[in-house]
Amino acid sequence: MKKILALALAAAMSLSLAACGNNSGSTSPDNPPASNPGSASGAGVSTPVDSTSDFKVGAVYITSQNDTAGYTFQHHNGITTAMKALGLDPADLIVVDNVPDTDDTAVANAIDTVVNQGANIVFGISFGYINAMNDKAEQYPDVIFSHGTGYMANDTNFNNYFGRIYQARYLAGIAAGMKSVELGNNNIGYVAAYNREYAETCSGINAFALGAQSANPDALVYVNKINTWGDEAKERQAAQALIDTYGCGVISQHCDSAQPQLVAQENNMFGCGYNSDMTEQAPNAHLTSAIWHWNVYYQTAIQAAMACEGDASKFVENMGGNAYYAGLKEGFVDASPLNESIAAPDTQAVMTAVRDLMISGEWDVFSGVKLSYNITDGKVEIVKTDAPLMCDGVELKDGSLVDRDFEIVPAGGPPVDDGVIKGSMNYNVAGVIEG
Amino acid sequence: MSEPIHVFTLFLFNIVLVNIPLLYGTVGEIVVEKAGSLDLGVEGTMAVGAIFGYLAGCAANSLLVGLAVSFLAAGLCGMLFALLTVSLQANQNVTGLTITTFGLGLYFFVGKGLGADWPAMTGADALVKGFSAIELPLLSRLPILGKAVFSHNLLVYLGIAVAVLVWWYLNFTKTGLRLRAVGENPGAADSVGVNILLYKYVHLIAGSGIMGLGGFYMALYMSGSFEGSNCWINGYGWIAIALVIFANWNPVMAILGTLVFGFFNTLQIYSGPLAGAFPASLGWLNSIPPQLYKALPFLITAIVLVGSSIWKREGSGQPAALGLNYFREER
Repeated sequence: MKKILALALAAAMSLSLAACGNNSGSTSPDNPPASNPGSASGAGVSTPVDSTSDFKVGAVYITSQNDTAGYTFQHHNGITTAMKALGLDPADLIVVDNVPDTDDTAVANAIDTVVNQGANIVFGISFGYINAMNDKAEQYPDVIFSHGTGYMANDTNFNNYFGRIYQARYLAGIAAGMKSVELGNNNIGYVAAYNREYAETCSGINAFALGAQSANPDALVYVNKINTWGDEAKERQAAQALIDTYGCGVISQHCDSAQPQLVAQENNMFGCGYNSDMTEQAPNAHLTSAIWHWNVYYQTAIQAAMACEGDASKFVENMGGNAYYAGLKEGFVDASPLNESIAAPDTQAVMTAVRDLMISGEWDVFSGVKLSYNITDGKVEIVKTDAPLMCDGVELKDGSLVDRDFEIVPAGGPPVDDGVIKGSMNYNVAGVIEG
Repeated sequence: MSEPIHVFTLFLFNIVLVNIPLLYGTVGEIVVEKAGSLDLGVEGTMAVGAIFGYLAGCAANSLLVGLAVSFLAAGLCGMLFALLTVSLQANQNVTGLTITTFGLGLYFFVGKGLGADWPAMTGADALVKGFSAIELPLLSRLPILGKAVFSHNLLVYLGIAVAVLVWWYLNFTKTGLRLRAVGENPGAADSVGVNILLYKYVHLIAGSGIMGLGGFYMALYMSGSFEGSNCWINGYGWIAIALVIFANWNPVMAILGTLVFGFFNTLQIYSGPLAGAFPASLGWLNSIPPQLYKALPFLITAIVLVGSSIWKREGSGQPAALGLNYFREER
């Protein structure tokens, strides 16, 4: 009897193992057919036959690749989508995830792991990976390194990439500003991971504020920072605090979860999300989100890397520079579809008009030209006014603040250059209040 | 900008609202530790209570069902812990850590497994209503304290009531006295006929169940929004373990511990509004580096732990047999 039981148990175990094996073969969110076109094109006549089948993509993530939302999810989704579009086998993606960006050794080990498994290009998605990426790019000249949100690079195998998300935030700011006019409440809240500590966060806050002010010149943006990129409980508390203490009617955010939008909805207020279209989570509150299409970059980069045909040093040349910084025009960033059922009238028309303006390259956010709108019967006329870009105090290296009303760009002046937005913007424009 | 006094009141209100799960976790852990078991699985136990309590509460559209299921689900974690450490004599520290890993894993497994089928709290109006604020008659009209202390949801009051009840139970009932004997010297308790096995099992299950209620609270506080990047409990379980020592194993002192930790925890969010409301007296709050705000709650806890271990050696409430498995044969 015991033997039979043992036999049955062993059989059950091996069956369950087999079942696991089957599952792991198709854990990738992409459907099995996704790999078929890949192998088909590999076997076809397209030129990079061998490099396609050999080409391996490596990625180092800050949280789990199995996340269902948030920063890592967006990147993982972008990489897998790009690989699918390029006909690469999803199995050729080598991932090391849950790598903390505060620990250079852990990052270096993660990079070693993906390189040793044969990755031809390594993507590192978190800002804090910057030093390790830089060191490893030198150590492995035959591998391409590409660092998201960073600023370091070389002239051969190491670049960085980021998007003009501030353009999308300006569009979201328009929706918030028009809603604030409709509500008759000039106070807008902004739950921020950080503010002036990073150019990424403060350029986003500034662009959002300028967008809101274009629709409502009296709009004030109150920023509550939570000092972490993602903490759902803190995001919730910060959003509630903005509503309670400043009476904000619209809540925007630069943090990972949809909590600020949920809080807005619970308080019968409105909001603009980030990273993904949060209308699903907060249908009665969410207006529009600033969103990324990371696959746009990943496809460009993987294509350029494959075109190197083994010579990693040609990568930067193939990319046309060592910093990739695309925006609305390239489709890298955008505003998610407007929730028209709750948005103020004519919001969509204004957003479309300004979006076209930015795509054409005629105008950009951080310049000495301000926008305002004349709307008649749904037709939008954009009025450009020469006005200096004013800053609300800039933090110096010693931590002190320069006086308010500091002029960044003179009226009618050219836009601030990318270097400022990407690496050194450390001020808030007038109308932003940190509190 | 609201009136300064209003901002201050809101600050106090949020200290209570946001940090009550700590009280449940701490009181639950006190019950467990008083039985002589050191359960490091609070985080996982709370996570299990949170997710199953929430799902059941949504399915039944009932606060009571949610509370009961969170108690039971977390109680099962306690039973698992008891089975491993009491009956099978496994190492308590390792088993506790296992419970944490297991509980968090189960939390994400269930949450991610449900995917699009995850129920929204807006679909369960009884939960929304059950978690909405109740203004206590008369008391809520008091200035400042009325809003800060007497205008909370039912589960806040329940948490305080549980803490006081457990305090009374431990100090003023016969079974409470026996329980403390089990934690102090199980051999002696056994020799006078106390059923050690029964006492350990019951209190490990009940204590874990109380932790689970804290998890359920957090689920409701987060509006039941599962996004899968971090767990609702988010470290409260670990802090609860430290607060047990802070409170010197006294459930009523746990209320104070929760408020002290909560003060620094909430200060991080409210430093800006407070500095804006009281520019002259509190403006300096804005110049504190944010990293310090993040570290402060833990720094304070660490300091208090060191302090209490130095000063309280005499009147320590720590059970003498804490963390030691009881072998009847070795008595």
